Amino acid sequence: MNTPSSASAASLPPLVVSDRLAKKALRHFKERFIEMLLFGAASVSVLTTVGIIWVLVSESYHFFETVPLWSFLTDTMWTPLFADPHYGILPLLAGTLTTSLVALIVAIPLGTTIAIYLSEFARPAVREIVKPFLELLGGIPTIVYGYFALTVVIPMLQLLIPGLSGFNMLGAGIVMGIAIIPYVSSLAEDAMRAVPMNMREGSYAMGGTKLQTALRVVMPAALSGILSAYILGISRAVGETMIVAVAAGMQPNFTLNPLESAQTISAYIVQVALGDLPHGSIGYQSIFAAGLSLMLMTLSLNLVGHVLRRRYREAY
Amino acid sequence: MNSADIPVIRKIIQRNKRWDLIFAIAGFLALLLGVLTFLALFVQMAYTGWERLTPEFFTNFPSRRAAQAGILSAWVGSLLVMLVTALSAVPLGVAAGIYLEEYASKNLVTDIIEINVTNLAGVPSIVYGLLALGVFVYGFGFGQSILSAGLTLGLLILPVVIVATREAIRSIPLHIREAAYGLGATRWQVTRDHIVPYSLPGILTGVIIGMSRAIGETAPIITIGALTFIAFLPASPVGPEFPWLSFEWLKSGFTVMPIQMFNWTSRPEEAFQQNAAAAGFILVLMTLAMNATAIWIRYHVRKDIKW
Repeated sequence: MNTPSSASAASLPPLVVSDRLAKKALRHFKERFIEMLLFGAASVSVLTTVGIIWVLVSESYHFFETVPLWSFLTDTMWTPLFADPHYGILPLLAGTLTTSLVALIVAIPLGTTIAIYLSEFARPAVREIVKPFLELLGGIPTIVYGYFALTVVIPMLQLLIPGLSGFNMLGAGIVMGIAIIPYVSSLAEDAMRAVPMNMREGSYAMGGTKLQTALRVVMPAALSGILSAYILGISRAVGETMIVAVAAGMQPNFTLNPLESAQTISAYIVQVALGDLPHGSIGYQSIFAAGLSLMLMTLSLNLVGHVLRRRYREAY
Repeated sequence: MNSADIPVIRKIIQRNKRWDLIFAIAGFLALLLGVLTFLALFVQMAYTGWERLTPEFFTNFPSRRAAQAGILSAWVGSLLVMLVTALSAVPLGVAAGIYLEEYASKNLVTDIIEINVTNLAGVPSIVYGLLALGVFVYGFGFGQSILSAGLTLGLLILPVVIVATREAIRSIPLHIREAAYGLGATRWQVTRDHIVPYSLPGILTGVIIGMSRAIGETAPIITIGALTFIAFLPASPVGPEFPWLSFEWLKSGFTVMPIQMFNWTSRPEEAFQQNAAAAGFILVLMTLAMNATAIWIRYHVRKDIKW
């Protein structure tokens, strides 16, 4: 627009569309190229999943060529590094289940109570202060929790239960439970807060107290979200590694008694990785078989969580 | 209703109110337990490790003598691994987030990617270690190096970055986009000039939280076979000769803070437990500082932005 005066307006040159507005092949190409690039980045996550499945399945395949699947599932001994090796997943599975169970007995009641308290009872100011604190608790490295279990919690338990070994699943499980409280409580609270206010108001109008409203109106309405918070907690507990590797002991032990020491699936992988097993040996392959079992467990838990969220979602 | 019922009703109300109070106290105690655990953990490590927190602790290599051992190789290793992690996860995660929010049409491929990101967030970290062992260490031949570890942690926090990016982008109101498109901007111009700048604080928060998770991850790095006793530093990234930058350090062996702490924790001697406490204290301080920054950014953005 650099016509200097209105006098020249009469003698305007014929209208030419600025070439800035012309269709540009280059710009089109650039747009397409960028879209492809972004799509490429998005597919990395799919490649990761494919990579995980491929690595676990192919190495486990070699493992199961040597070890029959049946003995893997039923043998009650896991001694892959001994002269007379046994490859029964059951002892590791028992360790994983026991520590997870202890963790859940700690995390689910406490996490639910905290969620109800924050969502229904606490004043907004309290909530604003406490929630970041819980997030911090969830952000602490698990190796630090492992150290805490070994040097603080287990000695305390030894005072309560004389003769308790220095490594045990109870101490590891309790600390693991504390470590997963933030996951459970924050997801469960989100679910409860999503319940519309008018449902609470209805309950209050009928004379319900806060606790009655929370337990009989809000919790049933938020059930799907709360359950999927529990499932996420379980799946965290099953896959948790460092706490159990430090505090639960490194000996496979086919027991469900939390007072004993035992090895979990994840702790076994850590133990083997710390050693120096040659690439391609049966010991090397065994950690992939262990990883595959772990992956199948957490995957099915996540699927159940997904289905629960879908099926019990109540629309308001 | 006759008047004799009123005391009965009052009693019921009082009983119910008492339960309210009892639960409120229980909830408060549960919270307190969480907060107290955190404080106990922090104070215990600070108290136990206090003597070891000298300047030499940061400038010494690990040693067989606990009193002379330090975390030099560990914090340098953590720093370099985090660098690789950030350089891999941030561009990939942000780009993937942008694609899913701004570009992707609603079709099967998009659905697969979305479900996949959700699922990856639930995969145990040790499984990422196995993936890296099979693919990075042996498949690509990167060995047990800083590069392998950084890429592993990059993949591990990718879902965190993607989800944070998507949430930040989703909070930008539609009319911003419409205004830009109305002026003839292309999709990439809208993205580059509006979407990315406006969602930057949200993305940053997600990246910091992801990094604070990555810096404390131990299991996947042990799985790829990081050594626990490293008494040397990786080659310097800056060299005296042309081209002044060297990438030798990527292939170097390494250790990181959580592994150093694990190593000291698993020794029976009391003196090494002190070192573990000191290292743990530093590690927690690092993650706390990162999380606090993220919370601070989020708080300020929520307060300042008004669309």
